[in-house]
Amino acid sequence: MAITTAQSPFRTDPLTGLRIDLTAQALVKTNAVLAVVFLLVGGLAGLLVALTRWPAVHLLPADLFYMALTAHGLVALVVWIVFFEMAVIYFCATSLLNCRLAAPKWAWAQVVLMTVGTAITTVAVLQGESSVMFSAYVPLAAAPHFYLGIILFAVGALIGCFVFWGTLVIAKEEKTYEGSLPLTVYGCMIAVVIAVFTLATGAVILIPAFLWSLGLIKSVDPMMYRVVFWGFGHSSQQINVTAHITIWYTVAGLAFGAKPMSEKVSRTAFLLYICFLQLGSTHHLLSDPGLSASWKIVNTSYMMYLAVLASLIHGLTVPGSIEVAQRRNGLDNGLFEWLRKCPWGNPVFSSTILSIIIFGFIGGISGVVMSVEQINMIIHNTIYVPGHFHGTVAGGTTLAFMGLTYYLVPVLFQRQLILKPLAAIQPWLFGGGMAVFAVALMGAGTLGVPRRHQDMTFAGQALAYDYGGMNQLLMAIGEIGGVISVVGGAAFILIIVGSILMGEPVPANAKCIVAPPADAGGHKKIGMGGFEAPGTFVLALTLFVCLVLYYFVNFKYLATLWPLT
Amino acid sequence: MSNEPVEQQTVLQRVLDDINFIMMLGLVIPTVLYTLWGVMEVASLPIAR
Repeated sequence: MAITTAQSPFRTDPLTGLRIDLTAQALVKTNAVLAVVFLLVGGLAGLLVALTRWPAVHLLPADLFYMALTAHGLVALVVWIVFFEMAVIYFCATSLLNCRLAAPKWAWAQVVLMTVGTAITTVAVLQGESSVMFSAYVPLAAAPHFYLGIILFAVGALIGCFVFWGTLVIAKEEKTYEGSLPLTVYGCMIAVVIAVFTLATGAVILIPAFLWSLGLIKSVDPMMYRVVFWGFGHSSQQINVTAHITIWYTVAGLAFGAKPMSEKVSRTAFLLYICFLQLGSTHHLLSDPGLSASWKIVNTSYMMYLAVLASLIHGLTVPGSIEVAQRRNGLDNGLFEWLRKCPWGNPVFSSTILSIIIFGFIGGISGVVMSVEQINMIIHNTIYVPGHFHGTVAGGTTLAFMGLTYYLVPVLFQRQLILKPLAAIQPWLFGGGMAVFAVALMGAGTLGVPRRHQDMTFAGQALAYDYGGMNQLLMAIGEIGGVISVVGGAAFILIIVGSILMGEPVPANAKCIVAPPADAGGHKKIGMGGFEAPGTFVLALTLFVCLVLYYFVNFKYLATLWPLT
Repeated sequence: MSNEPVEQQTVLQRVLDDINFIMMLGLVIPTVLYTLWGVMEVASLPIAR
């Protein structure tokens, strides 16, 4: 049913009961569709990279490999994710705050600038003169329009952030909500703050690189570039972390009626992100000789651990809130009945829980360990690093975004999902493949296999090095995992595009898909041994033990590599 | 004038709810601790002869 007001047309969604601004809905749909299109492009480029780094296949020659690697890094790591994040922030700011969107024309400018910027950079990469990879370290030169496209994309994203901020201001002035921002919107707000720092930092370094590529300035200091670039390059991934954790909270609420165990604790954890998360950018520079140990250690081993504390809080409270909700709904036996009886075949849930597991156990643990200056020496610039960030960005962020997409397609496009049996296994294909990929690459990286190299066998090279059979096996296993995850990604695109184009319309009398608050039992005592969520507590302890063991195993390994006498 | 009791907010809650203050924190802390400090370290390196 559509309700039209003088200012902005709204409709009330039958599935969620949300009042949706139709202008915002059009923007959300456009950003989400563009995101999925670019996921396809990034995934195809990733498949080419995987089939080249698989030693037995070794598909592409060096020039095409670096072109594919550049395209994969930019499109999968940045473009798909930022377009999706724009969709998420517009949806949350309007639908969850019951508010109209601020400055819709500027929001459309965001769409145009980001699309044009992506197109320009993609053309530059495909022309073959800009195979400089995501980091584009100077003095490795790309064509001027490579930088120009990224700058336009970043300006567009910055406009999207300000539209979100303006919507928050309007919602407060028009009193469309009471008290504090809802936690989901709060998480988006935190992501947007990190995005503003990130994009401003990107402008500070990419504009000089653009001018240098045009010959208007003589040089850009390579070390200065590295420092400032990673304020952009790594912080962009911190936006993703904040966004996907926000989605975890959202899905827990929508699918289970779960409430955060403590809103204030969760918000404080987000505040810790604001203060300390972006400082983790330093771990890209832990082997750079020109930077002092003080700068490195303060930013990683001290400050970043406070951000890690925040991640541990989120990792405890999201599954904990699901456990409490499940127990209040009657699944209160033993430690893990609540977990066994979760809807594992529902892709919204399975994507989210796999995102939590892969992000925590693979991306999170490896991220903490590689941020230790000493241990970083083992794995710096090895294939361990792509293993780590595929655990965070692909296994964590992309999988969480997939789960939310399954939820939002019926809401925004008013179409039912097609191929539901395939949708039930898709998160397992993508997440399982990505977990194998990440762990195998981390293993090979620990044993020294370099990243960003087209041929680990160095065939035909004068100064060859044999990494041994174990590394060849690990790379083969990893890339097979990568291919499986590409199949999972293709299945996701097929389901989503097919549902939008051919899905049955959602009936007007459709059942609400938002779970009621899980407090039907009132003050009924739940849990075991004084803990409301004992199963989650055990799982969190398991994660912590894994982290500690992995930390000390790496120090032991470092001691064997560099024995001290 | 309303006679309803005004609920006291803690300092932490006021900080958590002040989005502009959070924006300021999110820009100043990484700019100072990461960017400015890092750039100053690079800038203070002696030039090779």
